[in-house]
Amino acid sequence: MNAIEVIGLKKSYGQVDAVRGIDLSIATGEIFALLGPNGAGKTTTVEILEGFRRRDSGDVRVLGFDPHNEGHAAREWRNRIGIVLQSTSDSGDLTVIETIEHFSAYYSNPRNVEEVINSVGLDEKAGSLIRKLSGGQRRRLDVALGIIGNPELLFLDEPTTGFDPEARRSFWALIEKLRGDGTTILLTTHYLDEAEALADRVGVINNGQILEISTPTELGGRSRAQALVSWRDGDEIKSEATDNPTSVVNRLTAQFNGEIPELTVTRPSLEDIYLAMIGMSHE
Amino acid sequence: MNKIPSALSLGVRRGGLEIRQFARQRESVVFTLLFPVILLVIFGSVFKDTIAPGVTFSQYFVAGMIASGLVNTGFQALAITIPLERDFGALKRLRGTPMPASSYFIGKAILVSVSMVIQILMLLGFGLIFFGVEIPTDINKWITFTWLVLLGSGCSTALGIAFSVVPKSGRGASAVVSPIVIILQFFSGVFLIFTQLPPWMQQIAAIFPLKWLTQGMRSVFLPDSFAGQEVAKSWENGRTFTILLAWLAIGIFFSVRKFKWDRD
Repeated sequence: MNAIEVIGLKKSYGQVDAVRGIDLSIATGEIFALLGPNGAGKTTTVEILEGFRRRDSGDVRVLGFDPHNEGHAAREWRNRIGIVLQSTSDSGDLTVIETIEHFSAYYSNPRNVEEVINSVGLDEKAGSLIRKLSGGQRRRLDVALGIIGNPELLFLDEPTTGFDPEARRSFWALIEKLRGDGTTILLTTHYLDEAEALADRVGVINNGQILEISTPTELGGRSRAQALVSWRDGDEIKSEATDNPTSVVNRLTAQFNGEIPELTVTRPSLEDIYLAMIGMSHE
Repeated sequence: MNKIPSALSLGVRRGGLEIRQFARQRESVVFTLLFPVILLVIFGSVFKDTIAPGVTFSQYFVAGMIASGLVNTGFQALAITIPLERDFGALKRLRGTPMPASSYFIGKAILVSVSMVIQILMLLGFGLIFFGVEIPTDINKWITFTWLVLLGSGCSTALGIAFSVVPKSGRGASAVVSPIVIILQFFSGVFLIFTQLPPWMQQIAAIFPLKWLTQGMRSVFLPDSFAGQEVAKSWENGRTFTILLAWLAIGIFFSVRKFKWDRD
């Protein structure tokens, strides 16, 4: 059974159609990244899946449950999911360990509190008040609270915004570890390198519709796209788009009789593909 | 697979957490717990007259301050702090966990009750030591006192949670809530002697719980001879009980039906 199953999802706010018929299936154990510009319908879609918003029409099943429902069944369902929201802050008058310990009591089978603190790298801050944490440390606490319940399905909404590169790498390592535990993850992010590093599949959403769902390497025909070979020839930078970059390089090697000045061979990055898809030029 | 924890046990845990958080906010501790005592000191020092044989103004005022403390620590504090928690996103995060709304409400009720007990002890202690306030000795008065505090806390908590949907933002909440409370305090005979107020004020006050809480507290702290000076010539404790119960029901109804976890 798929962890998430969405058919014909629609939602409008007054005159504005935020989500205009989305179909989406996410397999159990998969890491899926939903990409799209602000206002594309990304947050609305995810919040409907999380049970924060009600849909106008369509069919939604998250771990086999309709998030529209409430009551005890909804509690049982929330016990199996974890949510890391985009922006949350607390009054800050509790310590990291007090907060995580408290949240762990909400769940039937929580993870070990110390282990979770360790996995998000907050060991040294365990006894600190939340208000004394930096932005990145607070974000790691958000992630800790999202995974403390040992969820089968984890929603991550722009989890690494405000992280420095090092914190981002260690966060990625944490996600890899969760993948190893079999956790299904639905990630939204603005960082295309993050989607590329983590996601099994990515979906691009714009104007309330899914444009394409594919693997990061194949999105938008990326794997079939031409490579760009460029080099210096005298005062000039020359470049050539080709399906066979190796033969171009061989030719140039012969031409320059050895080292080719300032040689680069590039293929379109996920970001190039993504920006082209949502109709924006790179520069 | 273990079972998910019961709403009541999580409510008790939330109560503990709320108290811990509250105790660490020094400003709010001072403001909430000490403010009534400061008012008692001011009013007790200014008005030294007796308002009836054997009844000092301080005695009258302590009854009113305990009643209005119930409104301050419950209704006012919650209607201001809950919109702040909503602005922070703290409520939305809670909404995403298996913790039910009822546990959150129980936690708030525990916080209100505990700070009420501390506030009452401080008011009575100060009153007793510095302003000659007399503590009742009749067991029946203490029974009345107990149900007034319990029902009053519950009523005030429920109405505060219900009213928390009214302020649009946390920053504006105090401007919406505080004037209502202050006007009610004047209308309900907390700072002024109720029977000396114009009848229209008394009638408006009679709709809301604070007037009844104040009157109930007078029945505890003032001699029974004073009952004849009330508007109805009696303490009307039965009616007080009914009206508080009705407001409690209204508060719970709207809290459960209308509570907002998210800003929009």
